[in-house]
Amino acid sequence: MSALATPAAGTHRPVRTARPSLARLTAVELRKATDTRAGFWLLAIIALVALGMVIVQMFTGSAEDRNFADFFGGAQLPVGILLPVVGIMAVTGEWSQRTTLSTFALEPRRERVILAKLSAAVLMAAGAVVASLAWAALANVVAPLVTDANARWEFGAEGVGRVLLFQVVNVLVGTAFGLALLSTPLAIVLYFVLPTVWTILGSTISAIETPARWLDLTTTTMPLLDGDLTAEAWGRLGTSLALWLAVPLALGTWRVLRSEIK
Amino acid sequence: MITVEHLTKRYGAFTAVNDVSFTCVPGTVTGFLGPNGAGKSTTMRMISGLTPPTSGRTTVNGVAFRDLPNPGRHIGVLLDASAQHSGRTGREILSLSAQLLGVGQKRVDAMLELVGLHGAAEKRRVGNYSLGMRQRLGLAHALLGDPTVLMLDEPANGLDPEGIFWMRGVLRDFADRGGTVMLSSHLLREVEAVADHLVVIGSGRIVADGGKDELLHAGGLYVRSLDPAPLEKALAEAGLSVQPTRDGGFSVAGDAETVGRAALAAGAVLLELRPADSGGLEEMFLRLTSSHDSHDGSRPPGHAPAGTVGAGAATVASQKEAS
Repeated sequence: MSALATPAAGTHRPVRTARPSLARLTAVELRKATDTRAGFWLLAIIALVALGMVIVQMFTGSAEDRNFADFFGGAQLPVGILLPVVGIMAVTGEWSQRTTLSTFALEPRRERVILAKLSAAVLMAAGAVVASLAWAALANVVAPLVTDANARWEFGAEGVGRVLLFQVVNVLVGTAFGLALLSTPLAIVLYFVLPTVWTILGSTISAIETPARWLDLTTTTMPLLDGDLTAEAWGRLGTSLALWLAVPLALGTWRVLRSEIK
Repeated sequence: MITVEHLTKRYGAFTAVNDVSFTCVPGTVTGFLGPNGAGKSTTMRMISGLTPPTSGRTTVNGVAFRDLPNPGRHIGVLLDASAQHSGRTGREILSLSAQLLGVGQKRVDAMLELVGLHGAAEKRRVGNYSLGMRQRLGLAHALLGDPTVLMLDEPANGLDPEGIFWMRGVLRDFADRGGTVMLSSHLLREVEAVADHLVVIGSGRIVADGGKDELLHAGGLYVRSLDPAPLEKALAEAGLSVQPTRDGGFSVAGDAETVGRAALAAGAVLLELRPADSGGLEEMFLRLTSSHDSHDGSRPPGHAPAGTVGAGAATVASQKEAS
């Protein structure tokens, strides 16, 4: 016990401190999402499942569809399903592990922590898109060597932008659900169940068929992958996001700002 | 420097903290004492901005917690050592906070070394830490930003006697170099060894606030003689307030000389004449504790005087209100 001999406990120099920048808070949130076993493996599984999808595509379907754009598109579905869970857990994990106690003692302006978590979620979506571009490129190089493939490379920046928006929207909705519910199991279950229930209701009850089409996130985000983005498609996307993103985000932000951290 | 002014927290009809005011000044260790459920943790959460107060205000170094630009560089907070992600290693937890605070990895190394968690322990996941190790990590975390103020909730919980002795040394050293320390406990004996200033809370109210010596020695004198009866008579004749204790001695409100002369006049053989043990404060503390949860009132009623004696009433403020 050499504690008393160690002068490291504190120097008590009066410091003029600056608030941590949003970039620094975001970097910390990104690190938090990856430095636990659960976080690391969830991201690893997303990357592996995306690779798996690309490999399956190499040996199924028609040779005509074995090209860069289709490989890239195919990788998006598993990412779109699983990445929102990362967003949910980035928020709810703090509550279940009670790390909010130190998180908010180090940054009491809680809205900045929320903003950093949302930024980290967007960056992870971007990372996932970059990773799937890499998988698709790899598949497009390998495919002609092992099977019949069309192996075309044509693909525009517009396509990447659309897919990026698709992933960003999904991960933000997940994060918003996490903020609104502050419980991992509840947020994950409701994130998957609520939109599905809505889809089923919309297809069985004819009276709500039209509103269902405008509010069913699964349907309204599809044009982002298909590229079939008409003005009405944008309108539907915006309307459904008001319900599934804006409402839980507002509710969750209000809840986090107001709640007592124990 | 921590200031708390008229702080109140109500949960519906229940008032957890009721008009609490006190100050912790640089260079001192303030012991924040009270039985479980008295409002200690709620007060500390309000100071660190985690619980919004119903009314009143708190400041750290003169600034509201929320307005501190980078709070961890001003005040190190340890509210619950177990509130860490069980899947992270000790080093990772410190490194994350170091990144946020803007202090380097050298500081992380130094703090791990200071609390004795360097080497193999820092690479283990916190889920596998003992409570004592978590307290050490929590102290390292609180010290990470090189703050001028430390606020620790029950930091001795789970530490072995050696660890408690070590922690006292760290806190004493921190205060002696001009830092402000506030630590809570439900054990008077635990903070007595390190604190210079005591704030006692019971049922959400401050029931005592003052220097340790002032509060602990407010209980007057303890005197015991070979034959109690003549001594009691002589003391009463000298106009002193005398309370018999269970072991045949007396607690007396008066100075040693008066008591000694009374004993001499009565020809009583004195076996003990000394300041009473923590006097009114301990007595009051026991009462507060027993009225809240009985398992903490394990200390048997010893030879402490019953009720307040002499000067005790002046420093032990608003006792009646609290009981």
